[in-house]
Amino acid sequence: MTMANGFPRARTAIVGAATFGIGRCPGVSAVDMAAKASLLALADAGLSLSQVDALYTSAPYEALGGLELAEYLGITPRVTDCNRTGGSAFEVYVQQAALALEAGLIDCALIAYGSNPASNPPPGVGMTRQSPWEAAYRPLAPISSYALAASRHMHLYGTTREQLAEVAVAARRWAQLNPEAAVRDPLTVEDVLKARMVSDPLTARDCCLFNDGAAAVVMVRAERARDCAKAPIYVLGAAHAVTHREISSMPDLTVTGAALTGPQAFAQAAVTPAEIDVVMLYDAFTITPILFLEDLGFCPKGEGGRFVSGGGIAPGGALAVNTNGGGLSCVHPGMYGLFLLVEATRQLRGEAGARQVKDAKLGLAHGNGGVLSSQATVVLGTGDAI
Amino acid sequence: MIQPETEWRAHLADGRFMVQRSRSSGSHVFYPRVAEPGTGTEDLEWVEASGEGIVHAVTVVRKKDPADSYNVVLVDLAEGPRLMSKVDGVAPDEVTIGMPVRARILLEGGEPLLVFEPA
Repeated sequence: MTMANGFPRARTAIVGAATFGIGRCPGVSAVDMAAKASLLALADAGLSLSQVDALYTSAPYEALGGLELAEYLGITPRVTDCNRTGGSAFEVYVQQAALALEAGLIDCALIAYGSNPASNPPPGVGMTRQSPWEAAYRPLAPISSYALAASRHMHLYGTTREQLAEVAVAARRWAQLNPEAAVRDPLTVEDVLKARMVSDPLTARDCCLFNDGAAAVVMVRAERARDCAKAPIYVLGAAHAVTHREISSMPDLTVTGAALTGPQAFAQAAVTPAEIDVVMLYDAFTITPILFLEDLGFCPKGEGGRFVSGGGIAPGGALAVNTNGGGLSCVHPGMYGLFLLVEATRQLRGEAGARQVKDAKLGLAHGNGGVLSSQATVVLGTGDAI
Repeated sequence: MIQPETEWRAHLADGRFMVQRSRSSGSHVFYPRVAEPGTGTEDLEWVEASGEGIVHAVTVVRKKDPADSYNVVLVDLAEGPRLMSKVDGVAPDEVTIGMPVRARILLEGGEPLLVFEPA
């Protein structure tokens, strides 16, 4: 067994992937949704619930969500985690599950998430406190933090509001090819610019959706993956970095932790950014894919705005980014990270229908948590790619 | 043991904007902590900030009535640390990155609040 750069390249694989209840999912609880997605992902893999011995989840309103979902499913996991790295948690889970599988500590990992804040609004008290060093200035959480980063990027690199809008338009054009995407009506750059300004430079259309959705993936070791129902999607690399909690403590507002996790994950995977066919980037706001394209090495620092211009990341563009429609047009129920992994898996399996990227063999899922605080990169590949 | 936030707020209520400084490295720290970030050095002392800063990033939170809109900024202090604040005494749209600003302590709702104004 070889460990390249601290990771067991292609020794584990995603063998099951599912989404459930995207858009509106009324009348049920978040854990109902997570359980439903879990069962769909296990069926997709041809595995049974009784085979799951590791559970990774992040419940939206329950700090002890790992315990909650284990109880609900009626399983007794050897490893249970409900980490607090925000929307990036699920990419971190892939890293942790791969290591635990490789070590032989576990045999079958279930990563699951469900949340329906649109249909079942959360109670007033959230799971995070307001920063005592920021709250008095009334930033809108979290949009003002991303807006501050965007202001800096525009100042340093001449990035424009039109270029930010291009990210939302590209997401919408992908969403129009995805029957599961929640918002599919036409959207133009002009529409984004004319939408209500919320926190300069970000309008309401620069912001991700706030809707319902659940997802799950199942991971096993490579030897077992070959006996599962579908072609394994191998985990080639997974890296995580935390740089801060609040935006006022971000070391550099225009350089995220993806500048650390990208090179590490690519080195683990022994591939380069130019080889990646499908790029799934956490798009909480239109500025985030621009930052991640730069930090992960798909374009030079400062060039992200120009990279996305003219439909650069839309269908038919230079790079296939956020092919499900992203958090901006498909689904964002509070934490979006797991949906990135499901879409990358579907693309690499060739299951993506009208939005399928031709001959996709290598995919990347990049999760973001907090206010650009936590970054996690996963590189996936088909059997042909390894 | 030092009580970082409590002591900082007590200084602010006395009309003083304090930051911490490491006796050994000389570097300044904000927000206040029990140790210098990165090194863990516990030799932090309170020093009065110069109050001079530069706007590093800015956003305007837009309200239905434009008169209610307000700016939120990140300010780089002359001493080094960056913090969140607002620039007072100027229309929100007039606040720009690179603007020199000076600290001021306001009373807002009976509580002292650190803000900045154009220098």
